[in-house]
Amino acid sequence: MKGDGWKEKMFMVVTLAATLAGITVLSALLALTFYEAVNWIDIQFLTSPPSRFPDRAGIYPSIVGTIMSMILVGVFSVPLGVGAALYLEEYGRRSRFKQILEINISNLAAVPSIVYGLLGLGLFVSTLHIGAGSILAGSLTLSLLILPTVIVSAQEAIRAVPDSLREASIGLGASKWQTIRHVVLPSSIPGILTGVILSLSRAIGETAPLIMIGAATTIFTAPKSIFSTYSPLPMQIFMWTDMPKEEFLHGLAPAAIIVLLAIMLSMNALAIYLRNHYRKKLWG
Amino acid sequence: MNSSKKATESLIKTILLICTLLTVFVTFSIIYILLSESATFFLSVSPVEFFTGMKWTPTIKPYAYGVLPLVSGTLMITIGSALIAIPAGLLSAIYLSEYASERVRNILKPMLEILAGIPTVVYGFFAFAYITPFLKNLMPDLQAYNALSASIVVGIMIIPIVASISEDAIRAVPRSLREAGYALGARKPRVILTIVIPSALSGIIASFILGISRAIGETMAVTIAAGRTPRLANLLNPADWTKSIETMTAAMVELGLSDVSGHSLAYKSLFAIGFTLFLMTLALNTVSYFVKMRYREVYR
Repeated sequence: MKGDGWKEKMFMVVTLAATLAGITVLSALLALTFYEAVNWIDIQFLTSPPSRFPDRAGIYPSIVGTIMSMILVGVFSVPLGVGAALYLEEYGRRSRFKQILEINISNLAAVPSIVYGLLGLGLFVSTLHIGAGSILAGSLTLSLLILPTVIVSAQEAIRAVPDSLREASIGLGASKWQTIRHVVLPSSIPGILTGVILSLSRAIGETAPLIMIGAATTIFTAPKSIFSTYSPLPMQIFMWTDMPKEEFLHGLAPAAIIVLLAIMLSMNALAIYLRNHYRKKLWG
Repeated sequence: MNSSKKATESLIKTILLICTLLTVFVTFSIIYILLSESATFFLSVSPVEFFTGMKWTPTIKPYAYGVLPLVSGTLMITIGSALIAIPAGLLSAIYLSEYASERVRNILKPMLEILAGIPTVVYGFFAFAYITPFLKNLMPDLQAYNALSASIVVGIMIIPIVASISEDAIRAVPRSLREAGYALGARKPRVILTIVIPSALSGIIASFILGISRAIGETMAVTIAAGRTPRLANLLNPADWTKSIETMTAAMVELGLSDVSGHSLAYKSLFAIGFTLFLMTLALNTVSYFVKMRYREVYR
């Protein structure tokens, strides 16, 4: 940078300012939200059902529904996503077929989430008659929504396993599946887990597809089974931004948002921890 | 290998193949559902009426199913957010690849990614609860629901998409080209503007297209912040940006929240909009894919 005139310096400053602009605005908005939420987040808020009276309202049923749904999404999307990634990386070879499959997966990743909502509505609710707004219908829809990202991140983790390990295993007389089970999977699991947790934290914040499959706007009792109707946390936030009373918009909604972001943040922290922890274990 | 082992091996392979083929099934299901529901819709409402109609009142008599007001709302948000995300994203990409040290880059990049990780319902809340009241101090005419605030948050949301894809393209430009520029006595900004950016142009354009495609499909932020007022908006009239509009996605949310039955035209119209939306984003993604392919081939 030495010897540069002020014009050159200006250019750099402009690019830096642009980089920081979005981050700064978001930080300010988050700070405001946190400031408004502080007085509302307490045990009562976390353990009460929603209510017309702001002081009595809480997010307990939403949290239970959201957690149940996330467990289900994990159960559906992990085996399917990892299975597809294993096929593409270990059996697919470099074929035209694999190329078409991968283009299809990247296209699916770019389909707007509300369209996945229509898929869920047409496939799970109308055709398979899984109850509208039920945890099962919502979880299946979200599973299909995150499947492309789960596959791609699992593929990256599997690709990172050096070929020499596979060759050593085959050389010792192991079959393809034994190699995958005892060599490829153990060393790629941390990477796969990281990708899965990140995808799940994405799914937690999804609202539009769940509106399409008929998730409840407000629900007063915690769901009892996967067939119960539920109101995911983002849905509850959406409803509270729409309420006439000031306390909902500037108290309860921020509180619910901070809880939602805290859940997402802890998931991300867990993903990063797992990645670092296993990296040390595997590669010394 | 004995025969039982062979059987296991091929069974495993088949199971994994089925997992993979599921993605194809998902694609066909999306297309089939959108097509079949839209087809029954277009039996009652002519495509001409749908695509050129200027009134959207699917649940209020007299029923009208003209998608143009919704398209104008979507266009407004798309253009508004692109005006924010394209310059900010491209300049960020330049800073990250040409100026930032490895250490700064490792801090700023994840921070930028956070912008895309915040749920869109939260962005809607930001716009409605904080940005609109703030802007109202500057423009008293601003309505509680307006296209401007929604465009701002959607713009912030898609900065990381533009930035990360542009940055990949800029990093792919070979060092030798930059060196040639310096050898001719050009300084850094000139090298960036006249050599690096033009060389990475197809990748940069692809990032713009993908960002725009994301803005078109954006739902909760625009539903909460821009409201649900389907009207034919005039993009070139600044006053129109201060008023409430309705995007295609917001109209879908509205229909989803209203109790329309599975046999009504209003229910079917949901899929007709969804189909239109799907085709728009698919077209943009395909274009960006081919544009991106071009720059990948140049520097192999």
